[in-house]
Amino acid sequence: MKKIFSYFFIFLYCSNLHSVNDNLILAESFPERLSEFEFFLDDSAQLPNDKVIPYELISTLFSDYSYKQRWVYVPSNKKAKYVENWVFDFPTGSALIKTFYYPVDERAPELGKQLLETRLLLRKESGWEAVSYAWNEEQNEAYKKIAGKTINTEWTDFMGEEKTVRYRVPNVNQCKECHDADDKISPIGPKARNINKEFDFKDGEFNQLVYWMNREIIDDYPMDLISPVDWTDETKDINDRVRSYLDVNCGHCHSPTGNANSTGLYLHLNETRDINLGIFKKPVATGRGSGGYKYSIVPGKPEESILLYRMESMDPGVMMPESGRALTHKEAVEMVRDWIYGL
Amino acid sequence: MKKFNIFCISIISVLLLNINAKEVFIEPGPNEHERLQEAMILLQEGDILTIKSGYYSFEDGLSLDVSKVTVRGEGMDKTILDFKNQKSGAQGLLVTSNQVILENFSIMDAKGDALKVIGSKGISMLNLKTEWTGGPKSTNGAYGFYPVESEDVLIDGCVAIGASDAGIYVGQSKNIIVRNSVAQYNVAGIEIENSYYADVYDNLASHNTAGILVFDLPDLPQQGGHHIRVFDNQAIDNDTDNFAPEGNIVGEVPRGTGIIVMANSDVEIFNNVMSGNGTVNLSIVSYSDETDDKNYYPHPKKIQVHNNTYGPSGFDPDLETGDLAKALYEISAGDMPDIFWDGVVPLSQMILGQPKEERLVLNEEDTTSFLTISPIKYMLGFSSPIRTDIKEFEGKITPLESISIKTF
Repeated sequence: MKKIFSYFFIFLYCSNLHSVNDNLILAESFPERLSEFEFFLDDSAQLPNDKVIPYELISTLFSDYSYKQRWVYVPSNKKAKYVENWVFDFPTGSALIKTFYYPVDERAPELGKQLLETRLLLRKESGWEAVSYAWNEEQNEAYKKIAGKTINTEWTDFMGEEKTVRYRVPNVNQCKECHDADDKISPIGPKARNINKEFDFKDGEFNQLVYWMNREIIDDYPMDLISPVDWTDETKDINDRVRSYLDVNCGHCHSPTGNANSTGLYLHLNETRDINLGIFKKPVATGRGSGGYKYSIVPGKPEESILLYRMESMDPGVMMPESGRALTHKEAVEMVRDWIYGL
Repeated sequence: MKKFNIFCISIISVLLLNINAKEVFIEPGPNEHERLQEAMILLQEGDILTIKSGYYSFEDGLSLDVSKVTVRGEGMDKTILDFKNQKSGAQGLLVTSNQVILENFSIMDAKGDALKVIGSKGISMLNLKTEWTGGPKSTNGAYGFYPVESEDVLIDGCVAIGASDAGIYVGQSKNIIVRNSVAQYNVAGIEIENSYYADVYDNLASHNTAGILVFDLPDLPQQGGHHIRVFDNQAIDNDTDNFAPEGNIVGEVPRGTGIIVMANSDVEIFNNVMSGNGTVNLSIVSYSDETDDKNYYPHPKKIQVHNNTYGPSGFDPDLETGDLAKALYEISAGDMPDIFWDGVVPLSQMILGQPKEERLVLNEEDTTSFLTISPIKYMLGFSSPIRTDIKEFEGKITPLESISIKTF
């Protein structure tokens, strides 16, 4: 009985005393320190408040091989509305939280991790706003970085190879460059179709949409949802894998409402026209980004396809995406190469 | 009258000024990138950011997303923003906000484009310079000045040097003035592409591959470029070998071209000086590549050319680049004209003739040489399918209205 009582007490302590600071989410300016939001019970351990729910996406944006943990927070008694083919319409006061880190050694998780930054999308009265907090060397606090930050760091990968990277925490404007839809900031990830997968929550394994319904943070989701495939899943059709990868890595800018709409190259999942997907499409204002090649995609000839050239490049004047990447995503490049070869 | 206008604009500007507006100063020194970028983010409407004179070296690009602000240096040769050590960012400076004034600084050696402006309603670029300092190289960035999908664009008193595509490039925009500017040692000096309502005047375009280009391309969100006036410019001595990376449309432009119009309508070209262009002074052509774009019209129409001055041209045709110079050289048997029209029109018009109001009008001095191809004769295999009598193209000039842009 005593035990039950103390559990109850801990529960109360967790859910009430440590509630998220709703006022700060809505405030006009961002606080200096991440901990002030009280998203986490323990910031350096990244142990979330009970109302801050972890989630994963089926296919994710490449960010220099960093790992990401995501959480969603919706204020009490409110729900995000389902929107077809788009992200949930989150209510005012919601927050999307994403922490980027490198494990010290990918072969040995027990060696710990280096937290890099925690990015926030905060749903204010006027719409979404984006900001990032960079972790200090002591790894016990993250500080607001309006103008971004360069973190020169390293980690050991699965092959035991030492990797170094000039990791860039994006500035506020760079957040907007990708999160721009029709001149407004918008989340990219949490579309119903992108979270339609199992996740091992602390209270068991559930489909994330089912779990979000049970936790009453969304109002609905369709039963007949067509979801993208996990691009890393080699059992799936390569066309589906590539389209899924291009959608989440390129489609936020390369779509009719995105920042790169002037290019006419559209890589979001709903695009069906060959020319707009890049097949025998000439570059428009590409400059040396063309690499001397004539078309975005030449079926059967990955080595003559601008799309692949720009994915591989590490030159800031050539590489795609324009920001958020300093390394080449070798595994994705190989997949796209195979795909173009087989077109 | 002009003075009165300026007076009115000043009064309105003062009245609209935010009383809380502040002026922010940035000086060169440690953390200069972070200080400048943070200042650009924290600006508020009405603010002025002054980048003090000096040399700034940046490893990352800069961006501005606040509307109704001024960012200025202390002179294009005094405030130098150098990007040759750039490690991230696809351009030197990116602007994505409205009613912005940029003036009096230089952007050097950006890894991609020097100054890109996306979707801005009201952007004034005054007395700015963009330059790649290593001379014409295909590894230079594509564009010096690059406003795209923007409205009310003013480029005034600017200098663009060394771009591997276009020094001054306005794409998919509306209401544009480019004036008093200098474009040198670029592939294209000044290019207006897929745009509506532009005045390009009092500019010098020299030592580029081609001086001034008015283009329209398919498969883009905004096409059907029209209402472009190109006047009082000097398009002279464009003699730099084409150094555009292959795959780019300007890579097909021959060295030594003064002005080219491709696939636009309602273009008026007058009072310009075109001289010293080794291939051709003025070229009016259709988009010649295949396209499945049903909404695209690949031919120039309603083009009016008058009162221009033509100096020597055609003395050093670039037979290496693209097909245009080579074809012209063969057809003219080496006697290159001042003005070339490819004569290509839709098939129905080849047979029935062009509607009168769509025809090319050339009102130039009798000494101006001209060549066009008669497609019907060409197709039927006539031995001389060309026409060279410029008098056949004389007609009434219907002047296009001048462009006024919203000032702020």
